[in-house]
Amino acid sequence: MTLHSPSRAPRAPRAPRDSHSGGLDAADALDAPPSLRIDPLIDDPDTRIIVCCGAGGVGKTTTAAALGVRAAERGRRAVVLTIDPARRLAQSMGIDQLDNVPRRVEGIADPTGRGELHAMMLDMKRTFDEIVEAHADPERARAILENPFYQSLSAGFAGTQEYMAMEKLGQLRARDEWDLIVVDTPPSRSALDFLDAPKRLGSFLDGKFIKVLMAPAKVGGRAGMKFLNVGMSMMTGTLGKLLGGQLLRDVQTFVAAMDTMFGGFRTRADATYRLLQAPGTAFLVVAAPERDALREAAYFVERLAEEEMPLAGLVLNRVHGSGAARLSAERALAAAENLDEGRIVDHMPGKTGVRDVVHDPDDVHDELDEHHEHHVPGLYDAADASPESPSAAADGRAVGHSAEELTAGLLRLHAERMQVLAREQRTRDRFTALHPEVAVAEVAALPGDVHDLAGLRAIGDRLAANDRR
Amino acid sequence: MSRLQVVSGKGGTGKTTVAAALALALATEGKRTLLVEVEGRQGIAQLFETEALPYEERKIAVSSGGGEVFALAIDAERALLDYLQMFYKLGGAGRALKKLGAIDFATTIAPGVRDVLLTGKACEAVRRRDKLGGYAYDYVVMDAPPTGRITRFLNVNDEVAGLARIGPIHNQAQAVMRVLKSPQTAVHLVTLLEEMPVQETADGVAELHEAGLPVGKVIVNMVRPHLLDEEAVQSAADGRRDEIARVLAAAGLGGAGGGLVGSGATVGASGMGAGAGAGTDAGAGTSGGASGAGAVPGVDGGTGAASLVDPLLEEAAEHAQRVELEREQRAALRRLELDSYELPLLSEGVDLAGLYRLAKDLRKQGAAES
Repeated sequence: MTLHSPSRAPRAPRAPRDSHSGGLDAADALDAPPSLRIDPLIDDPDTRIIVCCGAGGVGKTTTAAALGVRAAERGRRAVVLTIDPARRLAQSMGIDQLDNVPRRVEGIADPTGRGELHAMMLDMKRTFDEIVEAHADPERARAILENPFYQSLSAGFAGTQEYMAMEKLGQLRARDEWDLIVVDTPPSRSALDFLDAPKRLGSFLDGKFIKVLMAPAKVGGRAGMKFLNVGMSMMTGTLGKLLGGQLLRDVQTFVAAMDTMFGGFRTRADATYRLLQAPGTAFLVVAAPERDALREAAYFVERLAEEEMPLAGLVLNRVHGSGAARLSAERALAAAENLDEGRIVDHMPGKTGVRDVVHDPDDVHDELDEHHEHHVPGLYDAADASPESPSAAADGRAVGHSAEELTAGLLRLHAERMQVLAREQRTRDRFTALHPEVAVAEVAALPGDVHDLAGLRAIGDRLAANDRR
Repeated sequence: MSRLQVVSGKGGTGKTTVAAALALALATEGKRTLLVEVEGRQGIAQLFETEALPYEERKIAVSSGGGEVFALAIDAERALLDYLQMFYKLGGAGRALKKLGAIDFATTIAPGVRDVLLTGKACEAVRRRDKLGGYAYDYVVMDAPPTGRITRFLNVNDEVAGLARIGPIHNQAQAVMRVLKSPQTAVHLVTLLEEMPVQETADGVAELHEAGLPVGKVIVNMVRPHLLDEEAVQSAADGRRDEIARVLAAAGLGGAGGGLVGSGATVGASGMGAGAGAGTDAGAGTSGGASGAGAVPGVDGGTGAASLVDPLLEEAAEHAQRVELEREQRAALRRLELDSYELPLLSEGVDLAGLYRLAKDLRKQGAAES
């Protein structure tokens, strides 16, 4: 319970974030992490915001979308805010147009009829523009929108996307049209930029620097601030030298025009930050069972704890399993070799679906590598010459495979699978050793990408399959 | 051969690993390579199993034939202070600026300044000469931001040059752009044989072309061996279970099937086939067949071996389906008409030895040839 003090998680016992009272099954081994229970989390009317964060490429957006679909089909009025969805996923949800407002997703099947799903893709420039338009009189708004410095800032430089994602979240929450908001987070250069950006903006707006930028207008008559004055004149001089006079003027014009709005920015940034800490919010750290992704995940977990953000657990995507896990890679490979040796006597080698390899009976790893080096050369070579190409496949069909050949191939595949399993287990063990308290939901690996509602539904099923473990 | 090699790729494709392997591959025969990191993640240090890199160039590896790899984690704030010192002798003013929050403003909020500083530092290393007049580094390899951001990141100098129409920032931005848009630079994109990374690669290539930035190679990472083709899987699933069970039993694997662990594999291939897109009919079909039939009774060697058949066939069906999807992705990559390198999946994960192995693979494919 290092992550949330009991006073901040006074939830029903079924609440998954309390791993000690509700999340741990008797069946779970002592050292296995507690299961993250997805359905109780998304069913709980007190859960109002779910934030999916994690390294890039781990399936964050897909997880967010799948949670939205599942929540809606279980009766919630849900909205999913995605940042940068894959095109086909966006198309399948009907949000590939950037109009910066949630659209209803068709095809949601909730037997109760209450559930609805809306989805939107963040348009950061538009979000920024709307803030300006909403908080400045028309003339001032136009001055800001036409300022070259503003145009660059809003078009997506460091931190803008993160800030606008949080801004949009605040807006959606304020509208109170949805009882559950699922947020995807930007693929940030550093893990928690989306948390840091509002604060950074705040500290900038409160800082002296902004006063310096405004200096030409204000600095003149201030006695008693000698040090600052020296600093400022040096500053404006330096800035002019560095930026060139015209850019400095652009910046100053921008800052002057934004001046009255800054208070509003800061207030909203603070409010969103507090919203994220509130009990109705649940953070899900998304990862894949790979070293880098889980290292990032560990970092997220630590940062969220530091910021007192409520962590619900870890979603581990793309986990491999095997129905024959008792058969070790070593045994499978040894058996495959024996079969091959028999085959070399009985049959002509080659012309089969099972490829011939150079064997090194002592080293499982080397064997697969050898295999690879021999048979998957350059990209184009492999594509042309692989037995999956029509000609080779036809060849295979014509010749047919002996049961020994087939079985040896199956065993080799199984050995590869078992090696993947072992590697995944090691990386997960490392994470669990660091953060044994974090509840985990595993999602079995799929052979292909997901880009339709049926696929998202299946992911949702897999997410919730942990509930019953 | 381009002296600045920029390595980008979708998150999760292993671009840091590839950048490091490329730096090693280029550092052959006494060559010196600088590997730079710009996102402050300390990924290089973790990969080379050293402590966090400071803001200074330090040697982290030697390559075959006495080549050396240096590494640098570029820090925008330090780069800015350096820059002020170097060009304006403003060391003291730098501290004052920092106190005022100006440095923070410049490196985190001001549009583009951060990216200009990062690319600027890398270009400085490319141009730097040693005392004898030769290049300080033969190659600079940059572990760059992901594909979705790479064009903006590299092209930011253009925008900044437009924003600051005169002055030193303008000049600096233009100087950087001259390097980045020249044949001295190559931007490589790392991908996996999966739909989303391939799509991002295609988008990235189009964006780079449009911005006039030089596209290098497509580097296909984590390629897995193809062990069994679809035909074989199909034929195995079509009524040859008994034979396979018999062979398994004869191979002495009868005992191994007892007490199977059903962790997740039972939800492996079934159901999702339809959702996974085009070309998966065969895969989905076989997996359905595999999970439907159950154990084969009355086979020599007992139920132990027989109960292995279904899980093995299921794994094979998933494999066949993946191979088919990979074939589609290879075709999509071929349409980009770019040269490519290919790196294997290291089933044990990438450690230092693995990194050298990947470097060797890259060299074999000609990555170090000029």
